[in-house]
Amino acid sequence: MCSVCGCGPGEVKILDGVSEPHDHSHDHGGHHHAHGPDQARLIELEQDILAKNNAYADKNRAYLAARGVLALNLVSSPGSGKTTLLARSIEMLRDRRDVYVIEGDQQTENDAERIRAAGAPAIQINTGKGCHLDGHMVGHALEKLAPADGAVLFIENVGNLVCPAGFDLGEAHKVVILSVTEGEDKPLKYPDMFAAADLMLLNKIDLSPHLDFDDDAAIANARKVNPSIKAIKVSARSGEGMDIWLQWIEAARAMAQVGRPQAAE
Amino acid sequence: MHEMSLCQSIRSAIEEQAESQKFSRVDRVKLEVGPLSGVETDALRFGFDVVMRGSIIEGAKLEIDEPPAAAWCMPCAETVPITQRYDPCPKCGSHQLQVTSGEELRIKELEVN
Repeated sequence: MCSVCGCGPGEVKILDGVSEPHDHSHDHGGHHHAHGPDQARLIELEQDILAKNNAYADKNRAYLAARGVLALNLVSSPGSGKTTLLARSIEMLRDRRDVYVIEGDQQTENDAERIRAAGAPAIQINTGKGCHLDGHMVGHALEKLAPADGAVLFIENVGNLVCPAGFDLGEAHKVVILSVTEGEDKPLKYPDMFAAADLMLLNKIDLSPHLDFDDDAAIANARKVNPSIKAIKVSARSGEGMDIWLQWIEAARAMAQVGRPQAAE
Repeated sequence: MHEMSLCQSIRSAIEEQAESQKFSRVDRVKLEVGPLSGVETDALRFGFDVVMRGSIIEGAKLEIDEPPAAAWCMPCAETVPITQRYDPCPKCGSHQLQVTSGEELRIKELEVN
């Protein structure tokens, strides 16, 4: 690096103060423009604000890939039935797969206790004032959980359809859960989340006969935002559609094994 | 969304630069925030002043570039302007769009001392 003005290699370019960008050679032979210590200068950064989070997420992704662990980031608004759906999924999966859960909530360990009762090791992350999980928190939770090779890991994000959309955790897929007690225009109201998700679960479908909720309109709205999003109608309570959701998990888990030296069955 | 925590990321990214690039004062910060980045620029401005207090960035002028959003329309096979994620193609009305710009969330440049 140039010790006079600090120009370094890479994307970081340094332009001196008010004048045009200078492209001086770095031998500094006979070069005498005034770089005073108090002189204002311009640094072109072009740095992604989320770069740090993305670096943690990449580390998590590499850790999971090496172990063939399928990680799913479950996102929804509060009250969509995410934890009940998760508990039910664990009960259906646990006999044939190792299942682990990372629970994110602002406060309490209630959800992790429900998940442990359903038969999966769970780590609770309390974000305090934070509105989302980030790659760094999940990295620490992974160290503690140490999921077995070929496992399925559910990450239940903080109930919030806004912030978790922007934070990669290293998961294979974001799965967004929308319940029929919400509005069918939610995908349009919170488009970032539906754009970031690969699968939408339309939950509490057993309540549909009692409501005006239009399932097809909800799915059509999600596809306006994200033409390739898949949708499954489920009810964690009645069990309807849960077999299709589990098939989707198995297919995604199979993809997580591809390229591993000793692929499990 | 979480504009405060983004401001904290901006602060730590600039502080890291201050060490490697040897500067001790930031006069101006220029960000690029696309309309589809999920960031409310008013909230970002508010959080910026609060989060930068007590740092070398305190009092720095915040400039925000907001590049327009665009998407690739598959049926038209061309780039079209959009303002929201759920906008249809203004030419053919299709939703088969792939966002090509508008998601930027970057620190573009710093004016430092």
